[in-house]
Amino acid sequence: MSASLADHIYEVASVILFGIGFTTLLLDRNLIKKIIGMNIMDTSVYLFLASMGYISGRSAPIGDGTAPSAENIINPVPAGLVLTGIVVSVSVTALMLALTIRLYHRYGTLDIDQIVTLARKGDEP
Amino acid sequence: MALLRNVPFASILACMVISVISMVFRGRIAKVLSYLLTTVLLAASLALTWYFVQGNDAFVFTMGHFGDPWGNELRAGLLESIMAAAMSLIVLAALAGGSYMIRSEIPDGKKNLFYIMADLMLASVMALIYTNDLFTSYVFIEIATISAGGLTMSRQSGHALASTARYMIMNLVGSGLCLMGITILYGTTGHLLMGSLHSAVQSLFENGSYHLPLMASLILLTVGLSIKSGLFPFHEWLPDTYSYGVTAGSALLSSVISKGYIFLLIKLYTRVFGLEVVRASHICILLFAFGTMGLIVGSLRATQAADIRRMVSYSSIAQIGYIYIALGLGTQEGVIAAVFHMLIHAFGKSMLFLSSGALIQASGGASDFISLRGSARRDIPAGIAFTVGAMSLTGVPLLGGFVSKIYIAQAAIPRGGLYVVIVLLALAASTFLNTLYFLRTVITIYRSDANAEATRHAGPVNSLFLCAMVILNFGLGIASRPLYNALLSGLNMFI
Repeated sequence: MSASLADHIYEVASVILFGIGFTTLLLDRNLIKKIIGMNIMDTSVYLFLASMGYISGRSAPIGDGTAPSAENIINPVPAGLVLTGIVVSVSVTALMLALTIRLYHRYGTLDIDQIVTLARKGDEP
Repeated sequence: MALLRNVPFASILACMVISVISMVFRGRIAKVLSYLLTTVLLAASLALTWYFVQGNDAFVFTMGHFGDPWGNELRAGLLESIMAAAMSLIVLAALAGGSYMIRSEIPDGKKNLFYIMADLMLASVMALIYTNDLFTSYVFIEIATISAGGLTMSRQSGHALASTARYMIMNLVGSGLCLMGITILYGTTGHLLMGSLHSAVQSLFENGSYHLPLMASLILLTVGLSIKSGLFPFHEWLPDTYSYGVTAGSALLSSVISKGYIFLLIKLYTRVFGLEVVRASHICILLFAFGTMGLIVGSLRATQAADIRRMVSYSSIAQIGYIYIALGLGTQEGVIAAVFHMLIHAFGKSMLFLSSGALIQASGGASDFISLRGSARRDIPAGIAFTVGAMSLTGVPLLGGFVSKIYIAQAAIPRGGLYVVIVLLALAASTFLNTLYFLRTVITIYRSDANAEATRHAGPVNSLFLCAMVILNFGLGIASRPLYNALLSGLNMFI
């Protein structure tokens, strides 16, 4: 068991990171920390994808005019997925940060519970 | 007819292009562009539906030159085209029926942003309906989340911003789980296209190898998508988001975006995992149980609500519960009942949100039940629309809600045993509770109130769209059999 865990150290690490990010996003009350948690969570999935898609000793399928043989290359699709995922998480992060700035200007706090309580009290400007 | 094969791709692309070019226009032009877009999409989707009704088989649209298992694909069948037509019709009705609310709820200079987000949302829902690729569906899940956040926060009030933050957080949790599920599934099978995924999953399931990763990805995808569509234990974000956002935005969120997620879940169940695998995983029982609890809790909370939009929002939780009960049966009849109820709920709920918004406007912007007294006399079409929507969701015959409740009960009977008892009891309890809160509201809005002077903000076009939706709801109830048969053959094409 311990040997197989050591073999898959990247996958294990990424699942642990996913858990850290997930709980931070869900449970932390500070909006900025939530955004950090979200980024850790997304990045851990990219680590997972990248580590599953990599076979040591092989390289990216970039040819020099001759077709590379299948034994020497790795599948480029996981890398493509990671890039797409990074773009998605950057745009979500940007939206969340913009929203956080708006909320901070209006309520002067980053605590989501306080923000919701203040909004409920009805201090609508 | 070869031209019709481009409809799936063209509809997604058209939404994207319109939403990008709306950026440089003012609100009015963006509005006209959105109307134009949804009308064209509606016509194209209806043409595609007609094409399939003629007896043509489902087709795959290959993006680029590589087919399964390498490239990226869209797929269209009868079920997809019916969904696409329904969704574009609802977006058109919500935008046109709620245009005067958009005018008063969103500050000047920001109005075009609302229409951009609506176009983007339509693009993501179209993509969720048509795509045949798992990673594409993840990307569009996130685009749907972003556009839904944009729709809610375009109201700019503190309430709307705070509820957008809660909405986004819960939805990001959901999409994180979906992404992990997709990644594990890709790591196990090495495929992203649903056709090859299905055969890979079937052979893995028969061998019994990689059972744990398969189940983990099924559970992650199910939980992620049910968080995003507001199933019971994860529903806390929903009432605030639906009641503080722009009225037309709430109609879009509840009728279009949440349905897009559920449609994707149905697609995963029927086309990727296969219903046998889903039944064997016992996740159905969980969905069934949470659906039943959501039904009861949503209805109970709706009876306690002191505000009409909150009441309609809580009723959404109950209706989502119905859909998950039908899905949780894990049979083909259950899936069809779920799709049927999705359509009924989408049409009924968007009409309820729009008409309650109109009633609120006719009561000087107050949404509590005391101020709403007599509001249906001040805005007659909105009053009729609210009454018909309430009757449909309660389950009065001649209307869609009645038929879909029958289909859910019918789907439960072959499962036998405890399923039948629970479904029938839950249907009875929720019908009772629905009657309780909707009847109270309908009586309230028709009570005479001598103090209020007649105010009405809706224009003739808005009322016309509300009336059209009333007729549509009756039509869905009366002509339910052809629709059911179409969904049945659509689902057979689907698998």
